[in-house]
Amino acid sequence: MSDAPLIEVKDLGVRLNTSRGPAQAVRGVNFALRRGETLGLVGESGCGKSVTALALMGLLPESAVISGSIRLDGAELIGLPDAAYCKLRGNRISMIFQEPMTALNPMHTIGHQVAEPLRRHTGVSAAEAQLEAIALLDRVGLPDAAKRVDAYPHQFSGGQRQRITVAMALACQPDVLIADEPTTALDVTIQGQILDLIAGLVEERGMSMILISHDLGVIAENVDRMMVMYGGTVVESGATDAVFARMGHPYTQGLFRARPRLGARKGTRLKTIAGTVPELADLPAGCTFADRCAIVEARCRAALPAVVDVGAAHGVRCIRTDVSMGAGGSSA
Amino acid sequence: MSVFFLRRVLTLVATLFAASLIIFLVLDALPGNAAQMLMGADASPDAVRALTVKLGLDQPLTVRYLLWIKGMAVGDLGNSYVYGTPVAGLIAERLVLTIPLAIMSMLITVVLALAAGIYTAANHNKLGDVGVMSLTQVGIALPNFWFAILLILLFSVKLQLLSAGGFAGWDDGIWPGIRSLLLPAISLAVVQAAILARVTRSAVLEVLREDFVRTARAKGLGKREVLWRHVLRNAMIPVMTVMGLQFANLLAGTIVIENVFYLPGLGRLIFQSIANRDLIVVRNCVMLLAAMVVTVNFVVDMLYAFIDPRIKVSNL
Amino acid sequence: MSAPLTASAATSAIAPGARPVTGFWRRALRHRSFVLGAVLSLIVLGAALLSLVWTPWSATDIDIASKLRPPSAAHWLGTDVLGRDIVSLLLVGARSTIMVGVIAVGIGLSFGVCLGLIAAARKGWTEELIMRMSDFTFAFPAVLSAIMLAAVAGPGMVTSITAIGIFQIPTFVRVTRGSANAIWAREFVLAARAAGKGSFRITIEHVLPNILSILIVQATIQFALAILAEAALSYLGLGTQPPQPSWGRMLNDAQTLLFQSPMLAVYPGAAIAIAVLGLNLLGDGLRDLLDPRLARER
Repeated sequence: MSDAPLIEVKDLGVRLNTSRGPAQAVRGVNFALRRGETLGLVGESGCGKSVTALALMGLLPESAVISGSIRLDGAELIGLPDAAYCKLRGNRISMIFQEPMTALNPMHTIGHQVAEPLRRHTGVSAAEAQLEAIALLDRVGLPDAAKRVDAYPHQFSGGQRQRITVAMALACQPDVLIADEPTTALDVTIQGQILDLIAGLVEERGMSMILISHDLGVIAENVDRMMVMYGGTVVESGATDAVFARMGHPYTQGLFRARPRLGARKGTRLKTIAGTVPELADLPAGCTFADRCAIVEARCRAALPAVVDVGAAHGVRCIRTDVSMGAGGSSA
Repeated sequence: MSVFFLRRVLTLVATLFAASLIIFLVLDALPGNAAQMLMGADASPDAVRALTVKLGLDQPLTVRYLLWIKGMAVGDLGNSYVYGTPVAGLIAERLVLTIPLAIMSMLITVVLALAAGIYTAANHNKLGDVGVMSLTQVGIALPNFWFAILLILLFSVKLQLLSAGGFAGWDDGIWPGIRSLLLPAISLAVVQAAILARVTRSAVLEVLREDFVRTARAKGLGKREVLWRHVLRNAMIPVMTVMGLQFANLLAGTIVIENVFYLPGLGRLIFQSIANRDLIVVRNCVMLLAAMVVTVNFVVDMLYAFIDPRIKVSNL
Repeated sequence: MSAPLTASAATSAIAPGARPVTGFWRRALRHRSFVLGAVLSLIVLGAALLSLVWTPWSATDIDIASKLRPPSAAHWLGTDVLGRDIVSLLLVGARSTIMVGVIAVGIGLSFGVCLGLIAAARKGWTEELIMRMSDFTFAFPAVLSAIMLAAVAGPGMVTSITAIGIFQIPTFVRVTRGSANAIWAREFVLAARAAGKGSFRITIEHVLPNILSILIVQATIQFALAILAEAALSYLGLGTQPPQPSWGRMLNDAQTLLFQSPMLAVYPGAAIAIAVLGLNLLGDGLRDLLDPRLARER
């Protein structure tokens, strides 16, 4: 494993055109991912984590304006013509989506859909691709893969369909796997199985993974490093253990407190974060979290706070870490 | 599959029977006596009675209905009240014109509509999309017979390229016939194509928003590949539904358009038979048109099952 | 706050729906197809109203001596083969067009909406029966049923209005049932049922008000279809009868004179197209303005 990053994102910004006018969906996102490393993106809906993922895939709407830099093995991806990007997608970078029920084309057999990236990228014959598809479906734990390869998506359950999309994403042995809320739409009992399957495959094939979730528990168990996003910015990033041990940003702390826990005393209320997620179209100047923050000051609203290092490779975008990480302010 | 098929066939037969019953009741039961209508109000009662017996109109309603149904089953539709020749023959010689006309205009409709619909959806909100969509908006507003008259003005009166009406027949080969059906087919097709193009466009746009399109893109397929391999087949379902419904309008349109171009087709036969009070011809022609519409929609239903794998399991 | 966490949610969280209604008219005046459609429709309506009180010449008086005159100061668009003033004919034609349209759509709307509401409220075999019947009626286009009616009752305005009206019913049944079913599935209807309200009261108090905007849009579009059907029937001689002027009839008269006076075939057709285009644009505009969720990709 070389030290040069496989993926390097610098100052990524995405501007989307919405019906309410242009919105800065993502700004100032920086990270690097080495081969075999796993990174988690956590935050509420609308915080920019999925937009970041789509930016990596080059699948943002045409009207989106992207700034900054995304490099894969040193090669710049932003501004890459679509034809060249198509050679990477499904081949070197793959993605698993949230909704297994709608992510598969109802008109094609699953075998065809799993074989499609192989045929597109490796130039194998249809028969070889079909055999490979069966092997892949077998590997992701689809029962009777050889028999059911010609079945259609509607004949499978949600969990089985997500296994199929995993097989599809892994068909060409990609370097990076992006999993966008891969288990959110599934039953709780299935969630664990799918996550274990993905984790096992990532380990087995030495892939890098970017796992997107709103669930801190999923992040804690599955990734080496994590980034917390809010209002289009990364508010806290660092090794998963370090962030969970010493949460620096008031938002991370709020997210942690708002998580339901087993064994909590009956009648204990969940702590929620006051206020609502800001509209990306009219974000406040300054810290995006200012309106919901308990320890906000006037200077928080002046400009977007810089990232403060609070530990080894542990950064927090907050100017009041002295208070938030001081006595009583930390993890709780 | 067979349950699905069987149900549809039963519905088809039931619909045809219902149609025949309504047509028969409207045309033969309501107006009193067809013989009286044929001979006019001043005819002597004796003459009317004689004609009534001659045409078999003195038999009870149910008998006449059953005789008609039986006749349709064996291909004997009776004789025209006015010409005295078999109705089946009259209709057959008109279908030689109307069926090719319907097929030609349906083909033009589908080609124009799919091309325009797919082009505009692929270039959503760009200049070409806005332009073509404005054109279809105007196209929908055109009465087809007026468009036909404008075509005659342009191609026959001004440019003198094609004749303003009439049918060359198929005796001198296929081209003279097609040439004389060209303007009628185009004027029938343009308005329908405008509607179908809009349906196609919104169906394609709707499918383009589906999650599996993003999945296909994430696999590395280019936009064009995704459109052809993943989107179109899904988008065809609403398009085919509308095509089936349009077929009814198209047949109704032939009645009007055949009159604009003085074409001796089925539509003109119906029209003339009304003028002649030849109710037996009207009844059989209307039944034929209704049967064609119902059958085409049945075929469309069958095609769904062929296109969409989900239908076979969840038999409707 | 807990909107679905799809990738598109990030972008659509900021997108439509939430826009507060800041005055229907202010938005309407900025909506291009609504404004154009309203202007065209008002022109046609204005022409019809004007014809009630004034026309440049009588639309029915025949003056063979001045037949087929070219446009002039006296006859702005010239005269037809019977010497009638074209402008006057067009104005009065607008009146018959609107009258036929209003009555036919009225028939379709009242029967169709009632049947659709019953289908949605009663479900079961009632719904099945109503829907089968409306599917069946759909197989008889207006021209076809008008021909059947004309064959037995003779051609005329009543025949054409009845035929067009009947043909309008199934469309309204479908639209009404579809949107009413969606309302029946909503929580506030559930709440009303829990409160012991009967299906008739729920239909009147909750369902109908909520589908009204959809019905208005549909009625506008059906109006345009009715105008087209009326024109076709009059052209065939099955609709409005002479001497009552109608646009379709004018086209029929003009067709025999295509080589002599081609423009006579242009004006009435253009009038029909303007009326239909206006109503279609108005319908599209209303759909966007009244119910943003319904607005598909235009």
